[in-house]
Amino acid sequence: MSEGTATSRSTDRILGINAWVVFLFLYAPIVLLIAFSFNDNSNVSIWTEPSFRWYGAMFQDANVMNALRNSLIVAFFSTIVSTVIGTMLAIALERYRFRGRGALDGIAYLPIIIPDVTMAVMLLIFFFQVFGILDDLVGVQLRNGLGTITLSHIAFSISFVAVVVRARLSQLDNSLEEAAADLYASRWQAFRKVTLPLIAPGVAGGALLALTLSLDDVVVTQFVSGAGATTLPVYVFGLVRRGVTPLINAVSTLMLVASMVLVGISLGLQRGAGTRAEKPNDADTALDEAAVD
Amino acid sequence: MTAPPVAAEPETPAPVTPELEHAAIKAESRRGLLISLPAYIYLVLLFVVPLVLVFVYSFATRDSTGLTVLEDWNLESYKRLFTEIVFEIFARSLVLAVVTTVICLLFSYPFAYYIATRSPRVRNLLLIFVMIPFWSNFLVRTYAWRVILGSEGPISQISLALGGEPIRLLFTTTAVLIGLVYGFLPFMVLPLYAALERMDWRLVEAARDLYADGWTSFRKVTLPLSMPGVVAGSILVFIPSLGAYVTPAILGGAKTTLLGDYIVSQFLAARNWPFGSALSFAVMFVMLLATIFYFRAGAKTL
Repeated sequence: MSEGTATSRSTDRILGINAWVVFLFLYAPIVLLIAFSFNDNSNVSIWTEPSFRWYGAMFQDANVMNALRNSLIVAFFSTIVSTVIGTMLAIALERYRFRGRGALDGIAYLPIIIPDVTMAVMLLIFFFQVFGILDDLVGVQLRNGLGTITLSHIAFSISFVAVVVRARLSQLDNSLEEAAADLYASRWQAFRKVTLPLIAPGVAGGALLALTLSLDDVVVTQFVSGAGATTLPVYVFGLVRRGVTPLINAVSTLMLVASMVLVGISLGLQRGAGTRAEKPNDADTALDEAAVD
Repeated sequence: MTAPPVAAEPETPAPVTPELEHAAIKAESRRGLLISLPAYIYLVLLFVVPLVLVFVYSFATRDSTGLTVLEDWNLESYKRLFTEIVFEIFARSLVLAVVTTVICLLFSYPFAYYIATRSPRVRNLLLIFVMIPFWSNFLVRTYAWRVILGSEGPISQISLALGGEPIRLLFTTTAVLIGLVYGFLPFMVLPLYAALERMDWRLVEAARDLYADGWTSFRKVTLPLSMPGVVAGSILVFIPSLGAYVTPAILGGAKTTLLGDYIVSQFLAARNWPFGSALSFAVMFVMLLATIFYFRAGAKTL
């Protein structure tokens, strides 16, 4: 990489200023929000003194805690199922040729491109219709709730997991798998002992993405959730539309911290992956994974 | 993309006959289908079928209670797309999405260029600082602007302290625009960075050696080479901006209805599912057109 050859000094200075402006724009709101969450005053705009008052209130708020629990339950199941199915999808698309592969390849990326409002509408109508049919045929009355939320989260997470894992798979040449086969490893052994350890960082990255998507989703969840069974973002969204309160600031900060912990883990994973597999540039891999969504 | 795994079994060093090869390919095909089966079933059931259902619903009617009935198929919902209010909302959303994309591009390009031209260590550090907001909760990041732009928020207070009027930006189109740019900026930065970082900078050096000035070498070499990043970033910002719902719901007002909230209101408030379905399809159609347009425009500059 050539520094300085492509840009003159004055251009570089302007670029530097622009970079600081962008970083300020990206971070100032987050920092302000976190600062406000420690404000003792119940009027958000009047700063009195720092305190943990609203964090205490948050942990005692039954609605918030209930929504948080729902979020964690949904995210747990949605992450596990979508990671398994998404990884299998990535392996099939990247390593095999089979009938229907082209169609699957096309469908697999649609949930990423389609706007979440459309996805929400689709799933709302789908569950309404399916539950109606089930009621008519078997007489079972099912309702929207954590089940429908989890199924919906899996539906949009599979594609993201598949993209991340596939990016990892495409970087590995399959000579190692072939070597394993030459050494009389069965297919399953070759997969478990060779392929899986090599793609593990990609699988973990995909799982983290699925977890983040599930914990963050508002639009789809709002459409498929039932009375009393909402997730934390949907509950917060409802509060936010009514106005700004210190309690929301505290809950928001909690959600921000959770996101940042997840970023930390994912960056740590990528670093570990870079040293193990000796790939050209681990920042590159990270970007391939990030850029697709 | 990749060659299919070794066809013949390692135990049989016998010559590979066409029959053997054929059988191996067949076995391969079966195995691939089997591995992809869970995803196949899931995506067909919870993506393709729902998509088809929305299409079917867009031709349905409503009974006297407003409930959708799947009979008397008609084009009423599509006719309603060509009314003034829909045009207005469509136009407003389109303009806002385009402006958002342009602003994001204008700031992100020099920003990504700056990061890509740092030393590897600085580059990775700066990249981490881009990734953090990228991964952070979208709702919370949008909410932060509600705090900032509110009539009692910091911006208004600074203005008051300076002896000015309280600034009320909240619930205006400007507020929505700020929220959209803020929300989707990282989506533009990352693909741009990926394209610039991967570029062969020796080509720029060659241009300079041939006495091209900085601007010319940028225009003739760097910009065309980074075009895939521009196209990818523009699509990643334009599409979610056009369908945005959370941002206008939190930062916008009654007069700033966008496509996203209009669709949602058809389902959750007006309970006009057929019309909402038709709207969803219209939005998807526009997005498809825009994507094709971006790819065409991107290809032309190459």
